[in-house]
Amino acid sequence: MSALKRLRLHDLHERLGARFAPFAGYEMPVQYPAGVMKEHLHTRAAAGLFDVSHMGQVALRAPGGYEEAAAAFEALNPAAALGLPEGRQRYGLLTNEAGGIIDDLMFANRGDHLFVIVNAACKEGDLAHMRAHLPAAVTVEEITGRALLALQGPAAEAALARLLPGAAAMRFMDVAVMEWEGAELWLSRSGYTGEDGFEISVPEDRAEAFAEALLAMEEVLPIGLGARDSLRLEAGLCLYGHDIDRETSPVEAGLDWAIQKARRTGGARAGGFPGAARILRELEEGPARRRVGLRPEGRAPMREGTPLFAAAEGGEPVGAVTSGGFGPSLEGPMAMGYVPAALAAPGTLLWGEVRGKRLPATISPLPFRPSTYKR
Amino acid sequence: MKYTEDHEWLREEGGIVTVGITKHAAEQLGDVVFVDLPEVGAEVSKGDEIVVIESVKAASDILAPLDGEIVEVNEALAATPASVNEDPEGAAWFFRMKVKDASALSGFMDEAAYLEMVG
Repeated sequence: MSALKRLRLHDLHERLGARFAPFAGYEMPVQYPAGVMKEHLHTRAAAGLFDVSHMGQVALRAPGGYEEAAAAFEALNPAAALGLPEGRQRYGLLTNEAGGIIDDLMFANRGDHLFVIVNAACKEGDLAHMRAHLPAAVTVEEITGRALLALQGPAAEAALARLLPGAAAMRFMDVAVMEWEGAELWLSRSGYTGEDGFEISVPEDRAEAFAEALLAMEEVLPIGLGARDSLRLEAGLCLYGHDIDRETSPVEAGLDWAIQKARRTGGARAGGFPGAARILRELEEGPARRRVGLRPEGRAPMREGTPLFAAAEGGEPVGAVTSGGFGPSLEGPMAMGYVPAALAAPGTLLWGEVRGKRLPATISPLPFRPSTYKR
Repeated sequence: MKYTEDHEWLREEGGIVTVGITKHAAEQLGDVVFVDLPEVGAEVSKGDEIVVIESVKAASDILAPLDGEIVEVNEALAATPASVNEDPEGAAWFFRMKVKDASALSGFMDEAAYLEMVG
């Protein structure tokens, strides 16, 4: 096994008392002394600071500027990149010829270029995929030398505005470039917790000072990967490699909202992305299976891999849990998984087999907890 | 009090052994949200996985430290699993078992040896 990479802010995490674990090739802070439960609840009540510098930051540039890069990017991604206004961000996907998902990502119109943030575990593959399939005129530049921090929670705006007053005027999915003590910061009003908040790309040599300036505020606590996972699951958000992968289609995954009208059958730029045949067909006819939320009865969590059954006894599994755990804000277990479309309606009672016992779980609408984005 | 390499503590009184996990183990587990306890009356063999502790992070097994019969389980843990973090070596015991051979307890570590193991 190759050596784990360290985050630029590793020493800061260590000083903050983090416990580390390997994730996507990085030695990541999983929790701080407060623990996952308190970190989760603090993010929902005030503000949490996450180091997500393991994620990939990529710039797509073309001689024709954003328009040319966006037109090329649409050949790999079913989301509409053309027509996205400057200063706005959108959720997107890289799909394969089978209609599965290579990665999910955020992309923004940064005026003269298209900026993409991709998952850490997929970063190398995504770069190779884009370089292999985008026209030669489009350059794919991995941005190194910048940390990525997320500040999430109801107090995130007030906290960040003390350092960057302009941040308060941004709304959900806006992106902006701002200056902090001479450093150029790239902001987006987004995140992966279901809370209002920001993601901030900071030059590495200023990242520690910037993080410390936020952590000095009473309402800001450092939050590890453990709470990031329970927060995103409560928010009904997919974790790549678990809830979505090369086999699952965007439609099965309930990500059809990410495919704008222009890219659908009858739209101005219908299809033209890998796997369009399957994805457009599923949009019209419905998929065979769907990603659903599950609320297990009682307190026992149903973890990833838990087989799901349509009856309390007998029969073959009808699906499986892809993410599952305990929701600190829900004060109970929660899970996501795939089931046949006929069993996907909210309220449907299924059974998950945990340690040889079938326990009831009810299909629940997603997100489990309403999101509080500032639209 | 005796200790196993799996971070359980064992307290023996009149052939009945009370079993829980150490403070060190509870800290490593993180916030406990659910404890799956064995049935009273169950005959267990040393090494059987008889308790599952679910924390916010993961599920962990507790093994039967000795051969014997489960005579009591701590029902209070169903409602207050967090007590495993708050008082692991007191109120949050898991089960009591009647052991076949109480003398086998002498094979486990004492407190000094356990503390040395966990550093």
